[in-house]
Amino acid sequence: MISCAEAVRQLWEYLDDVIPETERVSVEAHLARCRRCCGELEFARELRLTLASTANESIPHGVLRRLHETLEELEP
Amino acid sequence: MVVAGSRADRAERIRRLAHEELPRLYRIARRIVGDEAEDAVQDCLLKAFQKIDQLQDDTAARSWLTSILVNCCRDRYRSQSRRPDEVEFDEVEEFSLYRKIAYEDPFPYSDSLHLDFLAEFGNEDVRAVLLRISELYRIPLVLVYMDGFLAREVAAMLDAPLGTVLARLHRGRKLFEKQMWEYASERGLLREVTR
Repeated sequence: MISCAEAVRQLWEYLDDVIPETERVSVEAHLARCRRCCGELEFARELRLTLASTANESIPHGVLRRLHETLEELEP
Repeated sequence: MVVAGSRADRAERIRRLAHEELPRLYRIARRIVGDEAEDAVQDCLLKAFQKIDQLQDDTAARSWLTSILVNCCRDRYRSQSRRPDEVEFDEVEEFSLYRKIAYEDPFPYSDSLHLDFLAEFGNEDVRAVLLRISELYRIPLVLVYMDGFLAREVAAMLDAPLGTVLARLHRGRKLFEKQMWEYASERGLLREVTR
């Protein structure tokens, strides 16, 4: 079984689904037996959500208006 | 489909393609260049207008515009002689925010310590933490985890090998975790309040 350090190093890649199949199987086998690394996995998942959640913040109305104006004023 | 036409046609085409993308482009720029976001998007629109004939397929407009925006953001860094800092891997590789929170136990009476830590971070805090990280690592983080691009799409946008982008994502995540802890410590987010 891979070590905790090795499993933790690959958790984000595991969540991103960018690790090779053999490594994915190793990570899952480790997670099945290691409670602490499951905690790390859950935390990584929440951290990703924290990052993603800021992608929908509101934009000042004036900024959006000025950007639309730039688009409209492109010289034909 | 290639649409080459008069200057008026090209202006109309860029308007049509960029109109719905403006909020998304601005949000990305805010996370890459902070307060210069509006200028970066303006640069992007002008450049996209100049290059519109290079866009072969309108369905690729989202990543095409993002790619132009990212380059405009990088130009802003270059023009101010701000160089992206390479970070020594050893400095951050060993850091684990999960373990740090568990060890330091900032909210001793909490039964959901790690989630409580994350709950302290609003949008502005997350943006401030991102801006502490070198653009070299910040750009892939923003594009993958906030805008949903795949690492290989980001590699194409940055004209970098996939392995390089994956390595920068790895370092970027570690740096983000480390900076979250430092930001929380500096801003007093780790004090037990009314829980």
